[in-house]
Amino acid sequence: MILNIVSIVLIALGLFFFAVGTLGILRFPDFYTRVQAAGKCDSLAAVLVLIGIAVYNLGDLSLATVLVSIKILFIAAFVFISSPTATHAITDAALLIGVKPWTKEKNAP
Amino acid sequence: MERFFLAVGIALMLLMFLSLYRVLAGPTILDRMLGGNVIGTKTTALLLLIGLLYDNVGMFVDIAIAYAMLNFIATLGSAKYFLHRKSIHLEDISKG
Repeated sequence: MILNIVSIVLIALGLFFFAVGTLGILRFPDFYTRVQAAGKCDSLAAVLVLIGIAVYNLGDLSLATVLVSIKILFIAAFVFISSPTATHAITDAALLIGVKPWTKEKNAP
Repeated sequence: MERFFLAVGIALMLLMFLSLYRVLAGPTILDRMLGGNVIGTKTTALLLLIGLLYDNVGMFVDIAIAYAMLNFIATLGSAKYFLHRKSIHLEDISKG
């Protein structure tokens, strides 16, 4: 019962961060700000949801479920490393290609 | 509990459709790549939720591992590819 409550809280927090990240991707004005919203919110939210699922999966304790939970934790660790790396690669490409950052003076109404 | 997972899965699907707007309408190609990366990260979580709903997490975990790795490698590869392009706007590339 406690495991269920913990997993519900973790998954709901993860869903909140997914929603905020998607809002940032839709609404921010230029590429770099969108990368910032997507990179941070998505890696945190994915890790929260995956840990929540792993905790719920431990509800009936046996060897198989423990192994599956360890696999899910490995996915969480992999996403926690790989998502910022991928975002950094995209941002590096944008900086080398020469995407201009948004500034207030240039785009003032 | 089943109903909660179903609601979270449906919400994730809606968020993926919202991210699809950035893939379709992003001004540069890098915006489209970013949208694809975000959709892939959400898919990794959605696959595990589908596994919980079908009561068969052990099979879907392996699919989720493969999908996470594939998403990472695809993003790195396309970032490396478009680094050597002259233009990052889709219209210029299709014009030649």
